[in-house]
Order: sequence, then C-alpha cells, then structure tokens
Amino acid sequence: MMDERKFLRNRIKQYAFTLKDLNLYLDTHPDCLRALAMFKKTRELYEKAVAEYNQKFGPITPNQSNDDNHWSWIDDPWPWERS
Amino acid sequence: MWQYQKKLEYPVNIKNPNPKMAKAILSQLGGPDGELSASLRYLNQRFVMPYAEVKGLLTDIGTEELAHVEIISAIIYQLTRNISPEEIKASGFDAYFVDHTTGIYPASSAGVPFTSAYFQCKGDVITDLHEDMAAEQKARTTYDNILRLADDPDVRDPIKFLREREIVHYQRFGEALRITQDNLNAKNFYACNPAFDPNCTRRRTR
Repeated sequence: MMDERKFLRNRIKQYAFTLKDLNLYLDTHPDCLRALAMFKKTRELYEKAVAEYNQKFGPITPNQSNDDNHWSWIDDPWPWERS
Repeated sequence: MWQYQKKLEYPVNIKNPNPKMAKAILSQLGGPDGELSASLRYLNQRFVMPYAEVKGLLTDIGTEELAHVEIISAIIYQLTRNISPEEIKASGFDAYFVDHTTGIYPASSAGVPFTSAYFQCKGDVITDLHEDMAAEQKARTTYDNILRLADDPDVRDPIKFLREREIVHYQRFGEALRITQDNLNAKNFYACNPAFDPNCTRRRTR
C-alpha cells in the first residue's frame, strides 16, 4: 500500500518535472512543434497519474479534495515531513 | 510546490494614473505590514506546526498572500502608467522613480526597502499564531488608512477586497489558536511547546 503510494507519487513528480522543464523551454521557443507534442503527451500521462493518486490516496491540491465527510487536504503527511 | 495561475484573485482596472496614491499603497507590497511579509511569515512558520489544521491554514493563507502581492503590484503598475516627468515631480513620486523608474520594487511608502525583520518565525505555535493575528489586524489598519487617503473608486474597490481578506484570515488564525489550545494543558497552555517538546500535546503529532 505504502509502496504503491510512493511509486505513484514518484511517477507524478517525474511527469511534473518534465512538464515544468518543457514549459520553460516553450517560453522561449513558443512555436517548437516537437516540444509542443512532448508537452501534450506528458500532460496526458500526468493527468492520468494524478487522477489515480487522488482516487487512491487523496489530493495534491485543495481542489482535488473529494471526500463528503472530511476535508482530506490537510491530512498528514505534509511534503516536508518524512513519510 | 507551487503553480502560477494567469489571473488575479480580484480584478484591478484603474483608469486614472495617480503616482502619489501608488506611493502610499506601496507599503502594502514591501512595508512592515505588507502582503510580502505576510506570505513569507506564514510559509516559513508552517514547517514546525504540530497540527494538520494549522499546517494547512498557514500553507493556504501564505499562498493567498502571494496572490495579494500580485494585486497590490497590479494596482501600483496601473497607477503609474503614462505619467510625465512633471507629474512625477509634482506628486512626490520622484524619490522612488530615480531608483526604480516605474518598476515594482518592494519597499515601504517612506522608501525603506523590504526586510525579513518585518516578520518572525519563533518556532512556538501559540507565539507564532498570536503574531499572525496581530499581523492581520495591522494590515487591516493599513488598508483603513489607505481608504482614508483614496477617493478613486477604481482604487478603493480592490483595496476593500484586500481589507476584508485580512479580517477573514484573522478569524481563521483565531480558530487555529483555539484548536492548538484544545490540545494543550488547559491549566497552563505554556507548560510546553508542542512544536518542540515531545509528548506535551493531547493529540498525537508527527
């Protein structure tokens, strides 16, 4: 259980970093078709991974909190704590 | 981590430039009770907080304050568009202009550059939350003073929004303090500091 959480979170981090780096590159190369295609492909993978994480382990942004009985956004652990 | 959203939390549309007013409002960017010190205060304090509610609240209010930094900056930007050297001299904006032109630089209205001496991170939950509540009231007073000086409705409208947010934040910090005290020894809240001392809180913390 804990391993799957860590595994999924690491995958999200990898996709998010890829998107961030492509974002910076696209800021100065806004018409690069190759980078645009890579961004689109990575965003799909990212969104899928985030949806799976939200459903299994909870939100990574407040808007993803999706529990009728409890505001799970505040639940421990926070990112700066060892998990 | 953070992700920027390309929109203001509250709209800013100022038709008439007014460099004198910009100089007064500058204090809410980089002054002693400004939005920048608010954001950095909360985002720094949150790390040692023992309760999930307080960690969440400091993260979320600290994040909202970054949006307020942007609103204040947008107000100053729009108040200093298309002004002539004559207007700059006549308005008293020249002291700022000579160092920053019309760039947005965090300083107080009197020209003192932003400094982290404007906030504390004491590493004590009760102490830090009291600072936070005081900070919200000080910012509210500053907005009240700005409203005393500002007559342009385009300026007053976003300033009134920001003033209201200070009151909401004050309220939430008060609740965070109550949650904290509910987990401490009711006979002596100061017997220990749950951000540092082990086993001093009723609720298990990380």
